[in-house]
Amino acid sequence: MGVLLFLVIVIAASIPLAWLFRATLVRTLPHDIAIVARDMPLTAAFGLLVIGVYVFVAVLAPVLAPFPERAVVGTQFQPWDSTHWLGTDRLGRDMLSRLIYGARNTVGIAFATTTLAFVVGSLLGIWAALRGGWLDQGLSRFVDALMAIPSLIFSLLLLTIFGTTVMTLILVIAAVDATRVYRIARSVAQGVVVMDYIEAARLRGEGNWYLIRREILPNALAPLVAEFGLRFCFVFLTISSLSFLGLGIQPPTADWGSMVRDNATLITFGNVTPLLPAGAIALLTVAVNFVVDWQLYRASGLKEQG
Amino acid sequence: MHAVLVMILQRLGLGVLTLFVVSLVIFGATELLPGDLASSLLGQSATPETVAALRRQMGLDQPAPVRYWAWLTGVLQGDFGVSLASRRPIADMMSARLGNTVFLALYAAAIAVPLSLILGVLAALWRNSLFDRVANAGALSAISFPEFFVAYILIFLLAQSGYFPSMVRLSPAMSLGDKLYVTFLPALTLTLVVTAHMMRMTRAAIINLMASPYIEMARLKGLSPLRIVLRHALPNALAPIINVIALNLAYLITGVVVVEVVFVYPGLGQLMVDSVSKRDIAVVQAIALIFASAYVLLNLTADVLSTLTNPRLMRRK
Repeated sequence: MGVLLFLVIVIAASIPLAWLFRATLVRTLPHDIAIVARDMPLTAAFGLLVIGVYVFVAVLAPVLAPFPERAVVGTQFQPWDSTHWLGTDRLGRDMLSRLIYGARNTVGIAFATTTLAFVVGSLLGIWAALRGGWLDQGLSRFVDALMAIPSLIFSLLLLTIFGTTVMTLILVIAAVDATRVYRIARSVAQGVVVMDYIEAARLRGEGNWYLIRREILPNALAPLVAEFGLRFCFVFLTISSLSFLGLGIQPPTADWGSMVRDNATLITFGNVTPLLPAGAIALLTVAVNFVVDWQLYRASGLKEQG
Repeated sequence: MHAVLVMILQRLGLGVLTLFVVSLVIFGATELLPGDLASSLLGQSATPETVAALRRQMGLDQPAPVRYWAWLTGVLQGDFGVSLASRRPIADMMSARLGNTVFLALYAAAIAVPLSLILGVLAALWRNSLFDRVANAGALSAISFPEFFVAYILIFLLAQSGYFPSMVRLSPAMSLGDKLYVTFLPALTLTLVVTAHMMRMTRAAIINLMASPYIEMARLKGLSPLRIVLRHALPNALAPIINVIALNLAYLITGVVVVEVVFVYPGLGQLMVDSVSKRDIAVVQAIALIFASAYVLLNLTADVLSTLTNPRLMRRK
């Protein structure tokens, strides 16, 4: 029952927080953005607030953390006290500091990976839709073949081949994820390339790069942005899972997935500390999902009006 | 009946082609290995002679198409080669674990499929009610949680107080009841992760149909809402729902990897993770092929079944 009570308290506390955050946004932002913020549902406000806190913590990690990321500052598995607020881990490193640095490492690596997957996937997808013909066919069938294998399984296969360093992790996950982005970008761009203004730009003698950059991309951006949020959640969960399996971000780098793995024994003794990094992962994913839900709703609502 | 047979044969042919391409991709990925399997296996102690001998022994001096053919024909006869790390035949390492993994996946599916169908139908029936909202919020959160988080919450709640074991030890002598009890927590974890997706999609499929004219007609006739959903909406929602179920059973395949590691469950997923950290490419290749084939076959089955439930798709040509 303690868990239910905890849940109720958390939800009850986050509603006024989200409301306050939205009210502040409406007051402080310039008028044209404030109108959008005013109609934001509370869930989306909560999501934005959480994302803001994560970015803040990630940027200011060295200032906020009481102890260095990798230093052994106590004995192993110390309980919570006034010096080590969340106790220490398996090697005697401060849990709170590692949790704070984890925001920088885990979220940063997931963000870099998603961005890379997006740049590669959407450029290839739009290019394939624009060129059509055998290039489109060849790329699409190749992507189909890669997508016939579940992404986690394929990532594991590639990680075996290239080894488990942070660089290969980013490249492998980005490559696997780019196939999914390619599919979305291609289908969105296919709706755009048949428009008259593309034809007009082509007749003006514009090159492919200009067409992608100035004509197609601005018109395909809205669905791609929402997709970016969803892909980020997916990549973030994949990287965390891989780190949890010991195949992702490697020690001594502080990372939420491997922190759960390293300290998991504590859970069977009724200590919640190892659940905190996992909870941090879950909270960010929920927050991003809330914002994406709102964006998708807005995109569909605007379409109906227009 | 003739048209049905042709359709099934067509899909089967397409499935075999997909499996062939998948095997090509998995084999081709190994070819990307920087350097040479033999020299990385021998490590520092490699002399040119031992490397050459090992290459000949592993057949690495043959061209890639020849090796692919040998590998494929071996796999089709149940011979997956030998592990690079332990030198044992891979088929022996996998046989018991494959059964365990299938058992876990089926167990989870047996709970998840009825549960999510009932929850989805109820949520569609009482749309916008408190139940619907709570179920939806719960589903959205469950989708956002990493599998190991769900698993450890369950361990914290149910294993720490001694209701269920947090580590799974299976022995062949166990009765089915014991086995179901011991594997309950991993199965429950998978159920929670998968139910959310299935419930949401079932709800969406039924709500989509509730807007059609024949549902309006049934409502005007004065039928009860439950009867409308069960007798009029559900049969027509069957095709999307079958697809959803297959998609999520396929999702179980990847979910199983993480869950098996959390509960130290002796299945294929754990063997795969162990082999990745040992960089035992032969074993990873074999397990990836099995998981990918299961994925392709599930999608194929869903495709055939959902076509069979929809007379319009059957008479398209």
